[in-house]
Amino acid sequence: MTTTTQPASVFQKSIAFSRDFCMYTVKGGKVYYSWLLFLSFFVLVGLVTTFIQMTTGLVVTGASDQIVWELFVSNFIHCPSIASAAVLVVTPAYIYKRKDMKQLAVIGEAIAMVFVIIGLTFIIFHMGRPDRSWHAIPLIGIFNFPSSVLTYDIIVLNVYLVLNAVAVFYYLYKHYVGQPLNTTFYTPLIWFAVAWGPFIHIITAFILSSNAQIAVWHSALMPFSFLAMAAAAGPGLVIVTLLVIRKFTKLEVQDSVIDFFSQVIIWGVGLLILMFAVEFFTELYPATHHAAPLEYAINGHNGMNPYGPWFWSIMTIFVVQFFLLCIKKVRKSYNFMLPLLCISVFLSVLFEKPSVLIFPAFSPTPLGEYAIYRPTLIEICNILFIWAGGFILLTMVLKGVVGVLVGDVQDSSVAVEGGAK
Amino acid sequence: MSEDKRKNDIAEGQDDGATKESRRDFLKKLGVAAAATTVAPAATAKAASIAEHLQTHFEMMSDSQKEKAIARLEKRYSEQFEKQVTVANTPAPDGVLFGYALNISKCIGCRRCVEACVRENNQSRGEEDTRHLPIQWIRVLEMTRGNDTFQLENWHKGSPSSSPIGDYGVQSGGHADKAVGISGHAEHYYYPEQVPEENSFYFPVQCQQCEDPACVRACPVRATFRDPNGIVVIDYNWCIGCRMCQLACPYWARRFNWGEPILPNEDMNPKTHYLGNRPRMRGVMEKCTFCLQRVRDGRYPACVEACPVGARKFGNLLDPESEIRKILANKKVFRFKEDFNTEPKFFYYMD
Repeated sequence: MTTTTQPASVFQKSIAFSRDFCMYTVKGGKVYYSWLLFLSFFVLVGLVTTFIQMTTGLVVTGASDQIVWELFVSNFIHCPSIASAAVLVVTPAYIYKRKDMKQLAVIGEAIAMVFVIIGLTFIIFHMGRPDRSWHAIPLIGIFNFPSSVLTYDIIVLNVYLVLNAVAVFYYLYKHYVGQPLNTTFYTPLIWFAVAWGPFIHIITAFILSSNAQIAVWHSALMPFSFLAMAAAAGPGLVIVTLLVIRKFTKLEVQDSVIDFFSQVIIWGVGLLILMFAVEFFTELYPATHHAAPLEYAINGHNGMNPYGPWFWSIMTIFVVQFFLLCIKKVRKSYNFMLPLLCISVFLSVLFEKPSVLIFPAFSPTPLGEYAIYRPTLIEICNILFIWAGGFILLTMVLKGVVGVLVGDVQDSSVAVEGGAK
Repeated sequence: MSEDKRKNDIAEGQDDGATKESRRDFLKKLGVAAAATTVAPAATAKAASIAEHLQTHFEMMSDSQKEKAIARLEKRYSEQFEKQVTVANTPAPDGVLFGYALNISKCIGCRRCVEACVRENNQSRGEEDTRHLPIQWIRVLEMTRGNDTFQLENWHKGSPSSSPIGDYGVQSGGHADKAVGISGHAEHYYYPEQVPEENSFYFPVQCQQCEDPACVRACPVRATFRDPNGIVVIDYNWCIGCRMCQLACPYWARRFNWGEPILPNEDMNPKTHYLGNRPRMRGVMEKCTFCLQRVRDGRYPACVEACPVGARKFGNLLDPESEIRKILANKKVFRFKEDFNTEPKFFYYMD
């Protein structure tokens, strides 16, 4: 940390910073308030359905002994995708020293922080006894280390959350008080966070592929395809965010930044298609028992075909997106085609999880049953509740971040120009 | 086994063993004390539930903490089910490794074992027309006798198909046969008038009490663990309901309480064990424990007693004179899904 002559004033200033930051996030224009109001609708509905789920149990979800993971997990797996995408914002800024992205790195970190929180919320909803979460906290509970993969996931997610939260708020605070960053503290922190980013996705993939029972997940390719999805969906969200920021705030986002991320998406989607092709070949050509879940996803079983339409449409959408993104005109259409494609990449990766990766994999069960997952209304309301809450948090945090970056939130004793760089 | 005999068993079980006496006396006193002080039951229930929430893993509790936890449970269960419920904490006997053997050439698929298991172990009875399904730890698979993977009427549909260069095992293109799928078919939802059905054989599956259990490895909080007798048990009060164990188990042996278990007062078996058949709560995992509450007292599991054809054998694997060791030495024995390397202590055999 920096050496300050008056330690008390640092405390006072951080209080002032939090106050100013929070005050700034609740102020906004008509568009801002209507966006938050729109999301609040889902939160209000979700509060009721959450109460029902927490008091009745997971019986209100569509999960069963045949398919034990609900929509919560399939949505959770999407969150590390986005969170680890922060790496893709931070790396060019700090490691390749791109000047146009230096200021934007903190936005990537804020996205990462919020998406780890969303992911952890999904896990809380997934647990049968969320009131016993403390059992998994080291020292007061028991940590099945090093056996259980879930404990690794708890570690990596929480460490990543702390790293990003510290990085974001340290940077913002220094910018707020107009002091230069302490690079001996900040740079290693950033490098560590960059190295840590892929872990959260690799370990999440191991949660799946460590289960011997589910043959179709038994693939060494899974962490890599997850990283490819991160490279596709994460920048998708980043582009949309940056375009919105550019449109509604004073923060300058250059075209070169957007172009960089659309290049990353092309690579991400392209690699993803390759991974799928490789995976499908490896499963379907030998056509052993291991391919049964994939066969079920593609063609169904004995006329029961709940996932086939999802499978084919999602695979088609991936290919179409790839070719559209390869067109330069589309990539340069900052106000229409590009954001549309980014949202579509985000959603197709999100919907790929339940309908291709998770639910078909549970059939046949260890004793040979085929089952269909039918999400319940309460479960869907809860999913929307978590997403809406997450996006409210994301919107407000990013509002504050941009406010600090453009100098709207600033310590009154500091001159308008000349913050931390 | 008949209903009457089972009730006798329970009655005998309650009255035998001097170790139970002190606890029963304690419980009586406790009941008297509760009646005398006339504490509001809701308040005590709330206090008990807070204490239960704060208690640690059963294996980490001191003896006095265990006693308190058990007294709390006995009181709560007795109030809830309106009968004297005991929660035992019988320790694992020394020098015993429990093993199980099942004769698939004898099993007739009557599912008496399932019924006995449900009654003995206080499993949720479930509710008609709701998503509260009954919980059963034993699954009996019905399979076709003989080899149904070859069917004469389909002989010409398979690969290799004929080609211009002849039928020499060359696949000439296309998808010659549906290779992927389950070879053979098992059904565990069968409701016959009479068992065994013609052309069927039966294959019961329950927790295999593995030596290297995938479920124990997967549990993030060690709520499930292997006891000194080789039985995999669960501390129901420590389970966080993440279901990683259910996902890891290759035998589909674990059952989750998706909702509040439905256990009518009159069906409740009041002789319970902390790690065995005490009533479970919603959101936790449960499974077969070889009737831990019985076998730690030197009795047979309920399913062994219930089997009308004597297909189920149980005993101490460390005792060379035991029936199970004789079976393992002399019969055609195999373990289910050996490729998973979990090394079950549950063996299947044929005559």
